[in-house]
Amino acid sequence: MIKDTILHLLEDVMDPEIPTLSIVDLGIVTGVEELDGKIKVTLTPTFSGCPALRVMEDLVRHKLRDSGYVNNEVVTSFAVQWNSNMISEKGLIALKKHGLAPPPKHDGYIELDVLSDTPCPLCNSRNTTMQSPFGPTLCRSMHYCNNCKNAFEAFKPVG
Amino acid sequence: MELTERHVEGLKELLYKMADDLLILGHRNSEWTGLGPILEEDIAFSSMAQDKIGQASALYEILHEMGEAAPDTIAFTRNEKDFHCSHLVEMPIGEYDFSLMRHFFYDHADALRFEMLSNCIFDSVSMVARKFRGEIKYHTMHADAWLKQLAHGNEESKARMQSAINEAFPLALGIFEPGNYENELIEAGIFGGEEALKAAWLDKITPIVEAVGLKLPAVSDVTPALGGRKGYHTEHLQPLLDEMTEVFRIDPVAEW
Repeated sequence: MIKDTILHLLEDVMDPEIPTLSIVDLGIVTGVEELDGKIKVTLTPTFSGCPALRVMEDLVRHKLRDSGYVNNEVVTSFAVQWNSNMISEKGLIALKKHGLAPPPKHDGYIELDVLSDTPCPLCNSRNTTMQSPFGPTLCRSMHYCNNCKNAFEAFKPVG
Repeated sequence: MELTERHVEGLKELLYKMADDLLILGHRNSEWTGLGPILEEDIAFSSMAQDKIGQASALYEILHEMGEAAPDTIAFTRNEKDFHCSHLVEMPIGEYDFSLMRHFFYDHADALRFEMLSNCIFDSVSMVARKFRGEIKYHTMHADAWLKQLAHGNEESKARMQSAINEAFPLALGIFEPGNYENELIEAGIFGGEEALKAAWLDKITPIVEAVGLKLPAVSDVTPALGGRKGYHTEHLQPLLDEMTEVFRIDPVAEW
């Protein structure tokens, strides 16, 4: 299956802001098709204003070209809307490896409460405080662990 | 139901005013970069600016697919009278209290607007509305948290928030200035209309404001700031456009 082959290749393409996380595990690859010998890959944004999106499109183009798929097209579409439940189990582990608290699974509706006791990625304590729902990138919030006294960032749950 | 030219024109008008509000408020929010009262707020307003400009760009892209000019052309080359933003978003950032109340009023309105548009019969619109709905949750969460914090701070912070409410509220009512195609949009299931949105907005924000011991002016006591949707703007928009397009105008065909 060409789709599996391409997805396997794209597991080497990392989120430029989270080098431990592949774009496949992030859940933003929403389509792989072969049309008359051309490979078409569809991505969906995590956040509409994410500046890394264009970079990721280019990384995918380069990966396809370098792997012999010269005839390719990479597009971004909102047809499938990304939400944080789309991050794979492997992706959640990769986030933690990068020092980010992974987003909790949700039922589509995010309330402030889910952020207020985010488990600390360093000591696993839930005795934490959210300092701001905004952080160094659109997908991160800032927290403080009252147990191990470290500041940490979390990958935001998005509905 | 058969869609007519008027339905399409109505949708374009709706997308233009939404995108223009987002672009201009995004620009205003970015003016806090480096100036926030604390580092977290500097970052918050900068992040919200990024979200808003990203959302504006997605809406201009839909307009482009409907036959309008390319997003950068729309954003950077129109004259002031061709912008459809509300007066609320044009106002200078002022003191932090004003920026915060503007953010509270505007983002609750947009959250409800995106909710309504999530069921729009145009797929391209409902898709982005469902996406934006998730993003804006963090904006309203941020606004509510700071409103509560400052209303419960000390006498000065409470008085300043009340005064910012009084200043921003008539401007915020201008968000809901009716367009030329309200009935067409409602009957076709494109958008529930500005009147319905305003009612939902008042129902949403009134209890939040009252719960922290502040008060909204009565709608009947204030004069809404109208005109923005029709291209009549305050003296603050043109200087903003001059600044926003300064780099673009140096070399409009530059490749980035």
